[in-house]
Amino acid sequence: MEKFIENIKTGALRETQDYSDQGLVLKFAQAETLLKHCQANSLWPMTFGIACCAIEMMSVGMARFDASRYGAEVFRPSPRQSDVMIVAGTVNKKMAETVVTLYEQMPEPKWVIAMGNCAVSGGPFAIEENYTVIEGVDKLIPVDVYVPGCPPRPEALLEGIFKLQEKITGKRHPFPQNRHP
Amino acid sequence: MDFIANLPPHFFRIPIALTLVISLVFINALIMVYLERKIAGHMQFRLGPMEVGWHGLLQTAIDAVKLMSKQLIVPDKAHTRLFRIAPLLAFTPAVLPFAVMPFAPNLQAVDINIGVIFIIAMASLNVMAIFVAGWASNNKYALLGAMRSVSQNIAYEIPVLLSLLSAVFVVGSFSLGDIVGYQGKIWLFIVQPLAFLIYFVSSVAETNRAPFDLPEAESELTAGFHTEYSGMAFALFFLGEYTEMFVVSSIATAVFLGGWHGFPLPFFEYSSVVWFLLKTYFLMFLMIWFRWTFPRVRFDQLLNFSWKYLIPFSLVNLLITAVVVKL
Ligand code: SF4
Repeated sequence: MEKFIENIKTGALRETQDYSDQGLVLKFAQAETLLKHCQANSLWPMTFGIACCAIEMMSVGMARFDASRYGAEVFRPSPRQSDVMIVAGTVNKKMAETVVTLYEQMPEPKWVIAMGNCAVSGGPFAIEENYTVIEGVDKLIPVDVYVPGCPPRPEALLEGIFKLQEKITGKRHPFPQNRHP
Repeated sequence: MDFIANLPPHFFRIPIALTLVISLVFINALIMVYLERKIAGHMQFRLGPMEVGWHGLLQTAIDAVKLMSKQLIVPDKAHTRLFRIAPLLAFTPAVLPFAVMPFAPNLQAVDINIGVIFIIAMASLNVMAIFVAGWASNNKYALLGAMRSVSQNIAYEIPVLLSLLSAVFVVGSFSLGDIVGYQGKIWLFIVQPLAFLIYFVSSVAETNRAPFDLPEAESELTAGFHTEYSGMAFALFFLGEYTEMFVVSSIATAVFLGGWHGFPLPFFEYSSVVWFLLKTYFLMFLMIWFRWTFPRVRFDQLLNFSWKYLIPFSLVNLLITAVVVKL
C-alpha cells in the first residue's frame, strides 16, 4: 500500500504499464472501420459509482435522458463484460487500488470517462490541506474523455459518450440519426 | 447414384434439420435481445435502442460484433480447459431439443416416442454447464452463483416433470407428435389448467430469469456464474439462456397450447408454423413482462415456494388426473 501511494505520487505507475493496443498483424481497413463503428455504438459501462456524481450517472440510464437510445444502457456489474469505465466521483487513496484493479480486469479494448471535477482534477478537494484525495483519476489510469462539472448534468455525460464515440470512430455521429416518434 | 439413393432418409434429414435449428437459435437470440431491451424501455417509459438502424433494429447485431472483438480473458488461477468448455456446454444442449420439436404437421426432424423425456433431459444438462463455469472460474461469486443455480434447478425440475406427466397421462403417449395431434379436439390447457400454471412458473425459474434470477443476482453476486467470462464466451451463455427460453416456451406451446393447431390464416400458406411461433413468442413476451414487473425473490422464498406449494399441488393434480383417466 505504501509503495502504491508512493507510485501514485511520483506517477511511476502509469509509466510502468504499456496500455498501447498492438492490433492485428494484417490490417483490413474496411473491416476495421466497421468494427470501430460497432464498438462505438455499443459501449457497455460498468456498474460502478464512487460518490455524488454516480447519481447523475444513474439518471442517464433512466427515462428522461435514456442512454439506451445509443446502446449504452447495458450497465454490466462485472468488469470482464464492460467496455467503458465511468469514474463517477471522488477517488481517494483507499479507493485507488480498487479503481486500478477494476480497470485492469476489463478486457481490451477499453475506455475511461472521468466524470465530475473530482475525477478530472480533484474538484473541491484540490486544496492545500488535502491528504487523502487523488487529484484526478488520470494519475492512476489513462482517461479518454473528461466531463467537467460538479456534478455534470446528465446531458453532459451523454455528450461525453458521444465524444468517446467520436474518438473511437474518428467522426461524429449525427444525433438523432432517426426521427423519434 | 445408387449409393446415395440407398442411404436411410435420416442421413439427410438430421443434418438439414440441425442446420435450420442452429440458424433458428441465432435468429431467435437476435430477436429476443432486441425485444427485451425495447420492451424494457417502453415499460420504464423510455424508448430503448433508437439510433442504430430503424428504431435500433441493428443494435443486437452490432453488440454481437463488438463482443466478438473483445479480448478473451482466462483468469490466472482458473481451470483453463473447463473454463473454455463451459460456454459451449451451455449452448449445445439448448439446441438439441429442437430435433424433436413439432413446429408443424410435417416439420419435425424426428418423432421419437420418448420426445418429452428427451427434451427434459437435454434441457437440464444446462445446469451442468453453469456449475462447470462456476467451478472453473475459481471466483467466489461465480461459485456461489453456480451453487444457487444447481439447488434452484433441482427444486424446480420436479414440478416441471410432474406437470408434464399429468399432460402425458391424459394423452397416453410421450411422443410430442401424438400429444399435439390429440389437441385437435381440445387444448390440454383447458383440461389441465393447474398443470399449465405450475409448468410455466417453474420453467421461468428453470431458465434462471427474473424474478427467479438468483444465480446472477447483480446486487449480491456481481454477475453470478459468468462473472469471469468476457466477450464471446459471455455471449454464448446469453445465447444459451435465450434458447432455453425458446425451448421451454415451445414445450408449453406443444403440450398445453395446442401446438400448431389454429384456424387457417388468410394470407399464409403455412399457417400452422405461424401459429406455433405466435404462441411461443407470446409466452416469451410474458416472461419478459415478468422480468420487468416483479422484484427478485429471496432464496428461502424461492425454495419454499417450490417445495411447499408447487410440488404438493402438482402431485395432487397428477393423482386426480390418474384417477380420472382410469375411470
Ligand atoms: S465532482 Fe462534485 S458531485 Fe462529483 S463527486 Fe466530486 S464533489 Fe461530488
